[in-house]
Amino acid sequence: MKFFYHFGKYVILLSKVFSKPEKSKIYYKQTLKELLNLGVNSIGIVIVISAFTGAVITLQTAYNTENPFYPRYLIGLMARDTIILEFSSTMVGLILAGKIGSNIASEIGTMRITEQIDALEIMGVNSASYLILPKIIASVLFNPLLTMISIAVGVFGGWIAGTITGVVSSEDYIYGIQFAFIPFYVTYALIKTVFYAFVITSVSSYYGYFVRGGALEVGRSSTKAVVYSSILILLCDVILTQLLLS
Amino acid sequence: MIKVNHIWKSFNRQTVLKDISVEFEKGIINLIIGQSGSGKTVLLKSIVGLLDIDKGEVKYDDVVYSKLNFKKKKEIRKKIGMLFQGSALFDSSTVEENVIYPLDMFTNMSYEEKRERANFCLNKVNILNANHLYPSEISGGMQKRVAIARAIALNPEYLFCDEPDSGLDPITTLRINNLIKEITEEFNTITIVNTHDMNSVMEFGEKIVFIHMGQKWWEGTNKNILHSENEKLNDFVFANHMAKRLKQIKRI
Repeated sequence: MKFFYHFGKYVILLSKVFSKPEKSKIYYKQTLKELLNLGVNSIGIVIVISAFTGAVITLQTAYNTENPFYPRYLIGLMARDTIILEFSSTMVGLILAGKIGSNIASEIGTMRITEQIDALEIMGVNSASYLILPKIIASVLFNPLLTMISIAVGVFGGWIAGTITGVVSSEDYIYGIQFAFIPFYVTYALIKTVFYAFVITSVSSYYGYFVRGGALEVGRSSTKAVVYSSILILLCDVILTQLLLS
Repeated sequence: MIKVNHIWKSFNRQTVLKDISVEFEKGIINLIIGQSGSGKTVLLKSIVGLLDIDKGEVKYDDVVYSKLNFKKKKEIRKKIGMLFQGSALFDSSTVEENVIYPLDMFTNMSYEEKRERANFCLNKVNILNANHLYPSEISGGMQKRVAIARAIALNPEYLFCDEPDSGLDPITTLRINNLIKEITEEFNTITIVNTHDMNSVMEFGEKIVFIHMGQKWWEGTNKNILHSENEKLNDFVFANHMAKRLKQIKRI
């Protein structure tokens, strides 16, 4: 029953979010702000995590394929496919759910408990749309770019780790990442990213927007936002994989 | 005129407002007084439409505001200015940006015109040289004054203040109250103020509504509050020993 209650409330909130904006110029400015806040400010963490994970994927693949029957370029191929298919979309999605999700829920939640949202409503502003729509648009536009950066940095991190440790030669790795490349995998990763961006921003906004109480409740809503966004990302992953790759 | 007709409001199974009817007049300060938890804020939020009422109606002049849809309510809300208990200034915006915000949203003024209007409102509340400070960098009293400046930016017809004096010292409280009175008279607004500050009641209560346990118990002015025989009102207004003595002296 509780699930239906929250789902209904979430759908009603989304209908308010996607209603016609009061003044598109203001929304445009807000979207640019959110692009910087949610997108550009996440580039650093995405680069660091992608580089190290790309390195670890390459090393683990190398140690698990120590067999003379397996060609060495397989390491590059497997690292590439793992990074594109799962890591750069889903893992980065989960990381962003933690970073962006908690940020959004605590920001909107604090605005709620300090009556800033009431102040917007009293002025005649559609607070749901004003606060949430720019965040959704910014994330949906910018997260695919983060995924592309993650793919590039992850593959590069794998090459560095592989060649420095000597588990694979530079030529084999580069041949591997080019071998049997299916461009649709990138499209698949980007489609997933768009869905994840929507889930992260809308679910986190929902938990922030309806928070009641004080600082403790804002903290709790922030945790809930991260937990439920992560679960929904994994659920989306299963559904989208079945729909797009089967 | 704002007319509240037989309104009821409950949260879960707890009834917070019970059959309240009252009229608020133009150009004077209408005070809603009562103990903490008596339902003052719920009444104010029900009047402005931040809370949906269960029964009854709220009329702004001849319009039944409480029954309007979101779109039509928005038109009336543009004529409302509200000062919240905690000021509710936007943290991430400067003092000037806070005051410019409603102008940005609802007018087609040029940037220079908006700045001019914001400075006029800030001057009105005596905020000088603080345009580029953030709310966290100014005092509580200044925050309230900036919130008043934001509330009057669009020349409101209705001004609502939820405990404007909470957390302020007596001198700052007096300053804020004077400011609210000045604005009410100058802009001829319908001003409704929630308070439990007795100085405000005695000084500015041109019309007072006393709420107790979610019901209206008394209605009158600051002049006849001293002669009221309403027991609950007397318990609230003359709660301390000094106030009781004052009432006795007044009677004599």
